[in-house]
Amino acid sequence: MVTADDLRGQVRDFLAGHDPAAMDRLDFLRARFDAGLAWVHYPAGLGGQGLPRDLQPAVDAAFAAAGAPTNRPERNGIGLGMAAPTILAYGTNEQQQRWLRPLWTGEEIWCQLFSEPGAGSDLAGLATRAVLDASGEPWVVNGQKVWTSSAHQARWALLLARSDPDVPKHQGLSYFACDMTAPGVEVRPLRQITGEAEFNEVFLTDVAIPDADRIGPAGEGWKVATATLMNERVSIGGGAAPREGGMIGLAARAWRQHPERRTPGLQDRLLRLWADAEVARLAGARLRQQLAAGQPGPEGSAAKLVFARLNQEISDFEVELAGPDGLRYDDWSMRRPEGANFYGRGPGYRYLRARGNSIEGGTSEILRNIIAERVLGLPPETRVDTGVPWKDLPR
Amino acid sequence: MSAAADATATGPAPAGQAGGLPDLLYGEAETELRAAVRALLADRCGWPEVLARTETPQTYDTGLWQVLAAGLGCAGLLIPEDSGGAGASYREAAVVAEETGRAVAPVPFLGSAVVATAALLAAGDDELLTALAAGTATAALAVPFVAAPGARPEPTVRLGVPSPEDGDPGYRLIGTVAGVADALPADVLIVPADGVPYGLYAVRAAEARMTPVVSLDMTRQLADLTFDNAPGRRLATGNAAEQAVAAALTAGAAVLAAEQLGTAERCLEITVAYLKERRQFARPIGSFQALKHRAADLWVAVTQARAAARYAAACLAAGDADAPVAVALAKAACSDTAVWVAQESVQLHGGTGFTWEHPCHLYLKRAKIASIGFGTADWHRASLAGLADLPGPPPAGAAR
Repeated sequence: MVTADDLRGQVRDFLAGHDPAAMDRLDFLRARFDAGLAWVHYPAGLGGQGLPRDLQPAVDAAFAAAGAPTNRPERNGIGLGMAAPTILAYGTNEQQQRWLRPLWTGEEIWCQLFSEPGAGSDLAGLATRAVLDASGEPWVVNGQKVWTSSAHQARWALLLARSDPDVPKHQGLSYFACDMTAPGVEVRPLRQITGEAEFNEVFLTDVAIPDADRIGPAGEGWKVATATLMNERVSIGGGAAPREGGMIGLAARAWRQHPERRTPGLQDRLLRLWADAEVARLAGARLRQQLAAGQPGPEGSAAKLVFARLNQEISDFEVELAGPDGLRYDDWSMRRPEGANFYGRGPGYRYLRARGNSIEGGTSEILRNIIAERVLGLPPETRVDTGVPWKDLPR
Repeated sequence: MSAAADATATGPAPAGQAGGLPDLLYGEAETELRAAVRALLADRCGWPEVLARTETPQTYDTGLWQVLAAGLGCAGLLIPEDSGGAGASYREAAVVAEETGRAVAPVPFLGSAVVATAALLAAGDDELLTALAAGTATAALAVPFVAAPGARPEPTVRLGVPSPEDGDPGYRLIGTVAGVADALPADVLIVPADGVPYGLYAVRAAEARMTPVVSLDMTRQLADLTFDNAPGRRLATGNAAEQAVAAALTAGAAVLAAEQLGTAERCLEITVAYLKERRQFARPIGSFQALKHRAADLWVAVTQARAAARYAAACLAAGDADAPVAVALAKAACSDTAVWVAQESVQLHGGTGFTWEHPCHLYLKRAKIASIGFGTADWHRASLAGLADLPGPPPAGAAR
């Protein structure tokens, strides 16, 4: 039975043979992957040792203590949080060998080509077509995707496309890894209400994708995408943080620094938000304990709902607490940040950016549907789009 | 550590695996205890029986309490094995409370096995603890149900003067305490009383006058207590007595939060079942998004409340320094959640939920009154101003 102490020993041994100060950063990370110390819950040969997930923090801490370079996980959130578990669950051995190592080291950034202008909450209604060439190779993809973060940096994309329009919408989808450097892939920034462009529109014109890059069986793309999206919700709502480690910490510190701005009404709101944020943190910790104990529950959907609401209410409070400063905005210029940066910017930015938290990664309304139907077992809405071939749906 | 965590077969899961927090799951022993209590309550404490009992003179089910207390050993969970108890902790007590909350059970588990027991544990009275653990006595702390931890209840009972002619050297208590929970079935009252010094006294219930209160929640009927020169035995004085009362109120708030979690959870189950079965417009009403979203929001609130309640129980069990914050969070979250779920339950049941012959109102009344007992949600959140360094506006005229 491997313990955290054993793993710390492995890290020590590894560092004895690989001096991070003397090695190229990527070479070091590749070697760490090959030693099974990248993500210990992944299988041997794929960067891990098939151990429980909760042993990973000990490994990361040991590397951090030695001043070793990280794989900069914040730059590849979709790759690590969504692509990797999907490839692990549905990829072939060849695909796993090809993609997981450069994904983990950060050499290859991943993005996600799911949403379309005409398919947001109704993702399964998407219209991007994937047609298999008559010769059996390759797939030819045409369509438009939207809300793609990191598309301008990504080497690969998780792509969901319609391979069969003659069957009901959930049955005619296939899932691919799309090479973002392939001819016909065009990325354009999509400016958002904060002034910057975290996201992109991606236009796909006669993009050729080899059948070897299909993930999961043709026509079963929805099943694969569902697994990806469950990971998205866990990663968006999750994350261990200390008390006041999230947005509430900014509000609490501002409160302490500015006694002159305090009012009884604002204090009531702050106390409520502080309590709710702390309880949400405990619920997140409980969720991770459940996962670590092998009891995955449906609470991930709850975490994302609560996180979105709290971010919105806390930033709303913060703008008011800022007094006259709350009327100012730091920068409207069109920029290309690597991701949402809540902490490096002002309350106005947080207020605007947080509006997206209840839309991205499944709207709060869709999450409530999921909870109501899958957790509580309530009957689905009466629907007009099941059992009808996709091509016959009104649109 | 939970047995489930054991099952991952990787050696002990570190207690602080999620940012230094204790285990917030339910362990194997807790799950077994829950099953035993749930089976008993399912057998003996269905809501029709609970409802019927609220209209009888005996609103507490003392027979059921005997089985729960002595038969299942729930009275002695917090009491050390040396004193005949189970030597368990607040984690187990919280699980029992979740079940009594689910069943809106009219038993004095909270008042006797938690609040009075916590006071006696702090005061170190082995004689009474042994009797409580054995189920041969039931106790109640004579403080108003609205008393909150951190705010010392103003004593309304004082020491009297022993009458010289009967040669009784003991203590005599004079005064009244209004709105005490779980006093009606108690044999022993633990009474804080003013005097020199302030002290905590044990009084046989037969020596006090107990007036049942027509209570908004008749599943936990309150009583007004009058002490008219009632003889008492001194348990603690001064600081020790104050600390015993404070510990009892903190324990009461934490375990009542767990009870409210159970109330909310069961009330939501009943409501969801109704949404599935009730048909209007030729479809189950639970298929309407307007209703299913409300049910989903309630479920989310219950998941949050559960984490808070577990954290409070774990902190008390471990004597963690964060217990005051944990209890405030739990009582605030569980109070708001239970009331919200119960109110929504009445609305989502439509006219049915407004009738006497449906359990919704039992949950509504229990939830509402429990949300006030041992400190309202607002009171507990306000206590975070001090606990979490979130002070209010400086006084007017203070230097800028």
